Amino acid sequence: MPPVTSLDAAYIKSSLSHAGLFLSVGPVVYQIKSNLPIVAEGLAKLYSDYPLPTTQEFSDHLIAINRQGILRNIVGSRVNFSYDHTHPFDGMTLGQAYAFLEWGMNWCISVHHNEYLKIHAAVLAKNGKAIVMPGEPGAGKSTLSAALMLKGWRLLSDEHALIKLDEPKVVPLCRPVSLKNESIEIIQSFDNSAVFGPASLDTHKGRVAHLKADIHPDSHDANAIKVTRLIFPRFVPNAKTNLSPKTRAESFMRAAEQSFNYSTLGQQGFFSMKGLVSACECSEFIYSDLDSAVALFEQLDMVTA
Amino acid sequence: MKDSFLLAEVIQTPERLSGLRLSDWNLLIRQARYTGLLGKLYQLTLGLDISSDILEKIIPHLLSTQIIVNKQRDGLHCELVKLPPIFEDINIPLILLKGGAYYALGLPFSASRMLSDIDLLVPKQALPRVEAALAVQGWQSQSKDAYDEHYYREWMHEIPPLVHRKRKSVLDVHHTILPPTTKYNPDPEKIMAAAREVSPGIWTLCPEDLVIHSATHLFHDGELEHGLRDLVDIHELLQYFAENEAGFWARLVPRAIELDLLLPLYYGLHYAQAILNTAIPESVMQHVTQGAPNKMMRPLMDWLFLRALRSAHSSCDLFGSGFARWILYVRSHYLRMPLTLLIPHLLRKAWKRRFKDKAEAPNEFLGGAPTDREPLV
Repeated sequence: MPPVTSLDAAYIKSSLSHAGLFLSVGPVVYQIKSNLPIVAEGLAKLYSDYPLPTTQEFSDHLIAINRQGILRNIVGSRVNFSYDHTHPFDGMTLGQAYAFLEWGMNWCISVHHNEYLKIHAAVLAKNGKAIVMPGEPGAGKSTLSAALMLKGWRLLSDEHALIKLDEPKVVPLCRPVSLKNESIEIIQSFDNSAVFGPASLDTHKGRVAHLKADIHPDSHDANAIKVTRLIFPRFVPNAKTNLSPKTRAESFMRAAEQSFNYSTLGQQGFFSMKGLVSACECSEFIYSDLDSAVALFEQLDMVTA
Repeated sequence: MKDSFLLAEVIQTPERLSGLRLSDWNLLIRQARYTGLLGKLYQLTLGLDISSDILEKIIPHLLSTQIIVNKQRDGLHCELVKLPPIFEDINIPLILLKGGAYYALGLPFSASRMLSDIDLLVPKQALPRVEAALAVQGWQSQSKDAYDEHYYREWMHEIPPLVHRKRKSVLDVHHTILPPTTKYNPDPEKIMAAAREVSPGIWTLCPEDLVIHSATHLFHDGELEHGLRDLVDIHELLQYFAENEAGFWARLVPRAIELDLLLPLYYGLHYAQAILNTAIPESVMQHVTQGAPNKMMRPLMDWLFLRALRSAHSSCDLFGSGFARWILYVRSHYLRMPLTLLIPHLLRKAWKRRFKDKAEAPNEFLGGAPTDREPLV
């Protein structure tokens, strides 16, 4: 076999059905096994520019997604997610397999990696400074970060802000942005060059599609980046675009609420969160119109903040 | 085949960790995670010379687990401040079993041991007073339905778990150490009488009883997925008490005979020696072997337990491992209840499982707000 120089579709397909595809995402190496064409197709679309793993001897998370049952290689309309030979969840239908894989990859981060303070947040960077945007599902953070990314911002994460415990820096974990329902069309019309993976219909979140996210020249740079802003976005229909200051005390509590492991980290969690909030300018951001939202972000002072 | 049982080997000989390749660690981390021994692995690596290339890959996993262990230990510590006054008020000693006891005794291995629930032993006749006193302080029963309640109250050695309303800690209150329906009848009063006060208001079983209880728990419980972790407990307890408790070996086997628990102690010592190479005096082995199953049964039990006690992780499975665990699961139920009780119980469980609601995926997985509780390792 000739040496592999990139994650092309043929390489992805054959790795998935053999020892597994080793995907290097920020500090994490996933090893993914699957016989499902839709999984190979989705990964080939969204991960083709990811760096080749430096070794295949070690992976952090071994996952598999395949059909259920004895005849799983041939027939069956339901798929199973396994994490290192265990099945943490019930199966889903075949049509949802790709979304299921991406969620499973999120779950790996959510329940492990207490070596970081993890916040449920989108993270974007410009000029070497990062904005962490915590928010519950439906707050509109994915749509906003998709638009900013397509306008040249560097996406560091769509789901998990991995904050270093000892300094207010975020470790990049760039994976596709998950968009739901009408957000998919909004982003398609926002930028018709946006690359989407397979759509999954009728999930518990409705229609879901993932957007290729590593389109910035530094997308795969692994270095941690200083966080200078904490912005809490909220999509409010018909609202006027507005960025308003938020107190550090309130921002601390909101970010802790959106953390996966603030209390698990105990005292360390408190000090890391305090360090983060102290290093940031904190704001609340309300928007409904994507263009004016992006315009406002473009005016943010990302040099001196 | 030998390589695949790396975890047991490095527990016996931690120095081996220095010579492992990255691919060995890949396997070892997974085996340790699935047996709940990742914290143990962290402790073993401390002070060893491991190359920085390897450390860079493994440290996140080990550190992440140690953070959870620390959190669990802090939670236990907090409860051990709050529980003694409750028990003092009703004049009943707070006797800790298992992990809580190892921590209260300050056993070195408890620093890296995962904890789940806090296990207590109280006299059966004191249960109503204990439950009432705990309820006032926010401990609520988790019994699922009337049948669940009935199952615990009639046939089990513990009451349904109690969860603290605010702190979400879990208490398992036992009134004896084996279900009353088993054929062994250890006298809980004898066990409680030998308990020791290790700090003001906090008691633990005496050293021999801690070992015997750990062995009894392992060999009567059907859940052998964590079997290796329980065996490591026995290994650590034996090592510690052999050094720190005068007369320990001389008292151990006679105590098991007195409590009618010689067979589980035999299994505990035999498999600790077979799998973890635990140092046990020959005279003690000879004495405890009097309680062994008959010579016909021994190879069969060895075949079953040596398979089941390997990590549940598939990389450690030998031919027949799954079958062995299943047989032993059935055995544990058979030991626990006579068939006239067992068959209706299993049928009822199967029926309930058939119609239960689908297991809900954790919130984070569904993209909901994060739940900052019950971290996994």
